[in-house]
Amino acid sequence: MSSMIPAELRYTESHEWVRAHDDGTVTVGITDHAQHLLGDLVFVEIPEVGRVVAAAEGCAVVESVKAASDVYSPVDGVIVEVNEALAENPELINEDPYGEGWILRIETAATLEALLDANAYEVIAIADDEDEDIRSLANPRLVE
Amino acid sequence: MAKRTPLYARYAALGAKLVDFGGWDMPLHYGSQIGEHHQVRRAAGLFDVSHMTIVDFTDPAPTRSLLRTLLANDVARLYPGKALYTCLLNQAGGVIDDLIVYDRGDAGYRLVLNAATRDQDLAWIAPIAERFGAAWRERDDLAMLAAQGPEALAKLETVLGAETVAAVRTLKPFHALETHGLFIARTGYTGEDGVEILPPVTEAPALWDQMVAAGIMPCGLGARDTLRLEAGMNLYGSDMDETTTPLVSGLGWTVAWEPADRDFIGRAALEQQRAAGVPQAFVGLVLEDRGVLRGHQHIYDCTREIGQITSGTFSPTLNRAIALARVKAGVSEHCQVDIRGKRLPVRVVKLPFVRHGRALIV
Repeated sequence: MSSMIPAELRYTESHEWVRAHDDGTVTVGITDHAQHLLGDLVFVEIPEVGRVVAAAEGCAVVESVKAASDVYSPVDGVIVEVNEALAENPELINEDPYGEGWILRIETAATLEALLDANAYEVIAIADDEDEDIRSLANPRLVE
Repeated sequence: MAKRTPLYARYAALGAKLVDFGGWDMPLHYGSQIGEHHQVRRAAGLFDVSHMTIVDFTDPAPTRSLLRTLLANDVARLYPGKALYTCLLNQAGGVIDDLIVYDRGDAGYRLVLNAATRDQDLAWIAPIAERFGAAWRERDDLAMLAAQGPEALAKLETVLGAETVAAVRTLKPFHALETHGLFIARTGYTGEDGVEILPPVTEAPALWDQMVAAGIMPCGLGARDTLRLEAGMNLYGSDMDETTTPLVSGLGWTVAWEPADRDFIGRAALEQQRAAGVPQAFVGLVLEDRGVLRGHQHIYDCTREIGQITSGTFSPTLNRAIALARVKAGVSEHCQVDIRGKRLPVRVVKLPFVRHGRALIV
């Protein structure tokens, strides 16, 4: 399965993408690869604006028909905006993961240097496709 | 190495997302699980269910005696061409498997069992069958394709011929016929009209191709799961297993208590449970809030924990979360479910949620 990995973004091993803005905030969503693995999304639990989050802390939950998966904050910071449109239209994440399907915006002092670049993330995404045993997204397995 | 059905190359070529199901490589979906779900409710969908276990008993007389002992439902209710849904119980009344048994007249009886339970089913059945002198063989030379949906039969006309489809249309639900080397049953696992067709393995890929060409769209096990849940149908291993009886699994209707002297395996345990009062009810739940119900979530009646969800999902037809749950008998209509530490309101409803494309829940 080939998926889109825009070169200008940063990534986490747990399949979040991060877009830096000039005002000291970053936008966060889940990657095209992640939404492919999850399948049709039907619910997004979004956090409250103003919540302080630490890097690697679960701050949202995306649920497809088959699985629920945590979304982890890529950085330390404060949530300053959430994508309210996802409440009514969780499928925006499937349709446009890097655009209309963004999940939250965090104000942060952190640099993004420690995060993966597109090349490094692509290695992780390809490895996933090979063994399907991924860390942060529930491995889709129906219960017999 | 996972097992593969004769249709594996077909769904691999279609780019299916594969999933391990009971040791088989099966298609989870072909792109959109929700799209496939709607396809079955509104038109026609095609499922490869060749992984299921098919067992033929060829000698009618000893098999009839065997099955009247082995199964909680009573094959004495059958006649040639009629099918029955039943549980296979252990001595404690626990469910070893659920299955469909078809009466094939002089040809005997056909059992269709789950794939994941194959080994323990056959290990349980074999010695008892031997005691009754009922010969059987597994039919791994047969595949199984399910065409389901309101347009399934119409679309099958170009595949099976108008004459065969006309004969199928005269079949009531849970009846089967055999023609041109095909076993065709008006059964399914979706709550829609449709058939399950058992062709020889060698002919299955060509039949699949013809069905796809006729506009019966391939659908994966993901859609099969949301469809059966909307239809209020149990899934073995989630909704019942060897530790639960049919009486606490919403399957009391499949137990044939009469005649009272039919001593089927598990009967004594079920009678005891019935006499003592069945402690739990098996109910449908609808989530009144946003979110998704999942198996093993805990249900509360105010502060009291009253049970667990056995299987839950997001219902594409109702556009909200639904579940099957086992709860204490006599609970109120309005309960709560714990989702990640939050208590959200759920309503207890009568099953099914959806039948023949129509929502039965307001």
